Amino acid sequence: MTGLSFELLCMQLLTGIALGSIYALLALGLCLIFGMLNVVNFAHGAFFMVGAFLGVYFLGVTGSFWFSLVLTPLLTGGIGLVTERFLVRPLYGRGLDYPLLLTFGLSYVLIEVMRVTFGIEGLPSVTPEGLGGTMNVGIGYFPKYRLFLIAATAVIILGVWFFIQKTRYGLIIKAGAADQEIVKVLGVDIAKVWLLVFGLGCAIAGLSGILASPTRSVNPEMGIPILAESFVVTVVGGMGSPVGAVVAGLLVGIVYSMTSLFFPDLAELSIFVLMAVVLLIRPQGLFGKAGAMG
Amino acid sequence: MNSFFQLIARHRVLASTLFLAIFPFIMPYEALAINILIFGLFAMGFNLLFGYMGLLSFGHAAFLGIGSYLTGIGIVHYGMPWGAAILIGIIGAAIGGLIMGYLAIRTRGIYFSMVTLALGQIVYYIFYKAESLTGGENGLRGVRVDEFNVLGIPVDFLNPLVKYYIILFFVVIAIWLISRILSSPLGAVMEAIRENEKRAAACGFDVARTKLLVFVLSAAICGLAGSLRALHLSIVPIDSLHYLQSGQAVMMSILGGMGTFFGPFIGAAVMLYLEDVVTTFTKHWMAVVGLVFMFFVLFFPKGIWGTILSKLQINQDSK
Repeated sequence: MTGLSFELLCMQLLTGIALGSIYALLALGLCLIFGMLNVVNFAHGAFFMVGAFLGVYFLGVTGSFWFSLVLTPLLTGGIGLVTERFLVRPLYGRGLDYPLLLTFGLSYVLIEVMRVTFGIEGLPSVTPEGLGGTMNVGIGYFPKYRLFLIAATAVIILGVWFFIQKTRYGLIIKAGAADQEIVKVLGVDIAKVWLLVFGLGCAIAGLSGILASPTRSVNPEMGIPILAESFVVTVVGGMGSPVGAVVAGLLVGIVYSMTSLFFPDLAELSIFVLMAVVLLIRPQGLFGKAGAMG
Repeated sequence: MNSFFQLIARHRVLASTLFLAIFPFIMPYEALAINILIFGLFAMGFNLLFGYMGLLSFGHAAFLGIGSYLTGIGIVHYGMPWGAAILIGIIGAAIGGLIMGYLAIRTRGIYFSMVTLALGQIVYYIFYKAESLTGGENGLRGVRVDEFNVLGIPVDFLNPLVKYYIILFFVVIAIWLISRILSSPLGAVMEAIRENEKRAAACGFDVARTKLLVFVLSAAICGLAGSLRALHLSIVPIDSLHYLQSGQAVMMSILGGMGTFFGPFIGAAVMLYLEDVVTTFTKHWMAVVGLVFMFFVLFFPKGIWGTILSKLQINQDSK
């Protein structure tokens, strides 16, 4: 390893953070839905994939990345609303497995719908105008888009944090997650809150899809590995902990990119090994509470 | 009608053996019948863990794949006789089950599903990367079993009907084993854990050890299904390890009726038959299967066989 230098390490760290931002966003969406509705959205990877497709499609049609950055999450969020209202809602009270199974079936359908609409090869990924090329970050040149990715994710995560910690709606969501009976008694229409949270989670999944689309190939199967990886993040961070989701997302991204620097063949495996180690030491995850896992 | 079903339930191994003996003549062609036989076994092995003990694993493709690959590698690279190769497949899957189970049973509920799915991905990547042994993306080719002798009588494995009955021989042994497990005290403990884990523990049963044991048994049965599949297909596609394959086991169990003896098999038969019919119209069979599955989750959570059984129960009560 003659070319290994401090600069290279820093660049790889930055790459890891960019990758980790996507993981953090996805896990945050999963975590929101799980914390509130007690539903693991097995279609989360499929929503991510739909988001990437719609994002690239709208970018092609309108020519504006910013426009598709707004429109895509609105649409995936909309699909999420319909899903909650008509598919997930009838299953409340039937245990944890049924919503999970239903969303798993839904992921099959979403994958096929995208195959029928856009073909099995998928779409070429496009880097938005003005964000191509590299930029000097002091220690070397780094792809501009990845810097944007990190910044955009940070903004979104802070936005969600602000929404939950500082607004009235966030207060209701937090209270509902803690004790839905009391919230109902206080006169809040909890069904509406659940609907919105599910929609918000799916919107975030779609948003991470479009944000990730310039960095990976856009095809109908792209949501499958990412679902497993988001689960790793959720397990490492601790189920239902938003802070855990973000920290573990970044950690998993960094572990992945560092392993791919030193042992490229083991990159995919490394994050699963990380999960196994965390499970052996702290089965409830880094930020999870004991007993919160089922 | 009612007593007929009770008769089937009482002699479930005999009933399934008789039915499976005539099964290839009901199906449009033998290859589909063999496929259903193998995936029926896969789903039954999975159901041992999910239906009877309530642990929803999303990583069972790992055991199907380990069984397939080890049997295939044994035959292709080491020239093993196929009987020994099957044994290696089963043992390998059981060891895989021991490791995965040891990690996964530390968690509960939904967490368990997520962990098994992620661990299943590890197995996927290991076999994917070991290209010199497994063929990587292209899968392992050339798992050939042609002619051999049983007690001096030549047997042609390439004849589909002969192949069916050879595979059936192994499947029946496994079905007998599953039936024995379920009617043993272990089976009772499994159902106790499914109904109320804390109470089962309070009754003095070692919940963790039971979970691990059943995980290993379930993995071994799914490994056998994988081994048989390698012999049937003559190749091992990398898809065997894919998590959608794990999902298939889940779908088949739900479709047929989880926690029932015949349910998973019926689920496998319906799903593969449906897939076969739908593919003649459109290549987008996944959408159809997904929709049918969602329909069952929403409206018939007990599945086909489970719904029939509960309907009969109601009739019995009203008499």
